[in-house]
Amino acid sequence: MAELNAYITEERIEGADDGPLTGKTVAVKDNISTEGVETTCGSKMLEGYVPPYDATVVEHLKEAGATINGKANMDEFGMGSTTETSHFGATLNPVDTDRVPGGSSGGSAAAVAAGEADLALGSDTGGSVRAPAAFCGVVGIKPTYGLVSRYGLVAYANSLEQIGPIAPTVEEAAGLLDVIAGSDERDATTVENGDDSNYAAAADGDVEGMTIGVPVELIEGADEGVVETFWDAIADLEDQGAEYVEVSMPSVEKAVAAYYVIAMSEASSNLARFDGTRYGLNAVEAGDFDDLDEAGNWNEAFATAREEGFGPEVKRRILLGTFALSAGYHDRYYGKAQDARAWIKQDFDESLEEADVLASPTMPVPPFELGESLDDPRTMYLADANTVPVNLADLPAISVPAGEADGLPVGMQLIGPKYGEETIVRAASALE
Amino acid sequence: MSDGNEPAVTGEEVREVADLARVDLSDDEVEQFAEQFEAVLADFETLDEVPEVESEPDLVNVMRADEIEEGLTQEEALSNASETEDGYFKGPRVS
Repeated sequence: MAELNAYITEERIEGADDGPLTGKTVAVKDNISTEGVETTCGSKMLEGYVPPYDATVVEHLKEAGATINGKANMDEFGMGSTTETSHFGATLNPVDTDRVPGGSSGGSAAAVAAGEADLALGSDTGGSVRAPAAFCGVVGIKPTYGLVSRYGLVAYANSLEQIGPIAPTVEEAAGLLDVIAGSDERDATTVENGDDSNYAAAADGDVEGMTIGVPVELIEGADEGVVETFWDAIADLEDQGAEYVEVSMPSVEKAVAAYYVIAMSEASSNLARFDGTRYGLNAVEAGDFDDLDEAGNWNEAFATAREEGFGPEVKRRILLGTFALSAGYHDRYYGKAQDARAWIKQDFDESLEEADVLASPTMPVPPFELGESLDDPRTMYLADANTVPVNLADLPAISVPAGEADGLPVGMQLIGPKYGEETIVRAASALE
Repeated sequence: MSDGNEPAVTGEEVREVADLARVDLSDDEVEQFAEQFEAVLADFETLDEVPEVESEPDLVNVMRADEIEEGLTQEEALSNASETEDGYFKGPRVS
């Protein structure tokens, strides 16, 4: 098999001798801080950055006995759906190496799909765990907002993102979620609902009497082969005693626009910290100056470091976010996006009164060929149509392999109510 | 979503935003971004059709005791800085 480039750094971090993950290797996405091990976020800006502390989820992995076997490749700062925007080169999809593994946690999903790691952690801001899980034919979970601590996760869009597990099976993904979920005094947005969880036990495949809602808006416009595989999987669930209902969520048609306004706005603020002074690429190196004095005043020096340290997609999002928040545009873009977010939440609440879980194809398209989406950023943004509504509504969702279309993996996304992790795990396990 | 009537984005506007964000851009980047931003901003404009909904987010204040805890040592905090002086970060001059 071709070298997949699933890892940015291959270094082993041993965990405790005895725990639920003893003997298991876990690939950790490279935006999750590991004490003493380089953490780059897939960016030239952080090449060589070595965190002096562990993320809370990394502490949990070590306590559970896991062996971290490397830092997984990713789209730069999580900004992309293909893992092609990494400064360290694209990751290839182990199912078909001419295709992308999805993103932004593409290294994590590729490592698991290829057997280079038993399990992996990714982060999901708008689909970044579920998309690569779908494209690589593995399982990925985006937990309810607040279930997993974000302490030590390098921030992209705080109000949307969660760290989530990737694994070959639903039960293993749920088991890894059990390890990382829980309240953390160092992340004030965490909740206690995940303390002492046992999501793995819910992977019993029992969907008898479960109602599965399908939002028609998330099927329209999807690739024909993907839709066919999706309906086959729904029929499979019906055969096992589940009931299918159609639901309507008109708000999701505004989700991609609302998501990108909010994510880019938050990113423009979060990424302001990268100025090359405390960490990251320094202006002297970036501008090839003799010393700091030659780099000019702080505005000039920072702009030099950021020009050289950030790739095109990151610059694009910082600039669009800055624009959306600037005087005269704030109400028109950011304010409206928050209205859309509230509308989407309301639509989900109503739909989840009619159904126990909601189902859609995770990705409306099969895995892109390498290079296919890079020329037009909008192609990539629109591929996130089915995953971003979930982040805007703070809900949990899982992507589970539903079958193949033209020999390529198709993922089914199952969305649950807030803290409904057990329900989505149960429904997904019925498809294995 | 783009209908061809999107607002034109000029290179000058891209440079203004880049200046606010402290990111230098090459001429090529300015030209490319101006073109791409037109299409993306046209997508953003569709949010104008979003209805207002009543929402009551369940927000709570999260408080903790104001107690001194162990943090990073000065050495750890400075360990990733390329320029330091007398135990401090050394930044570029202000003006």
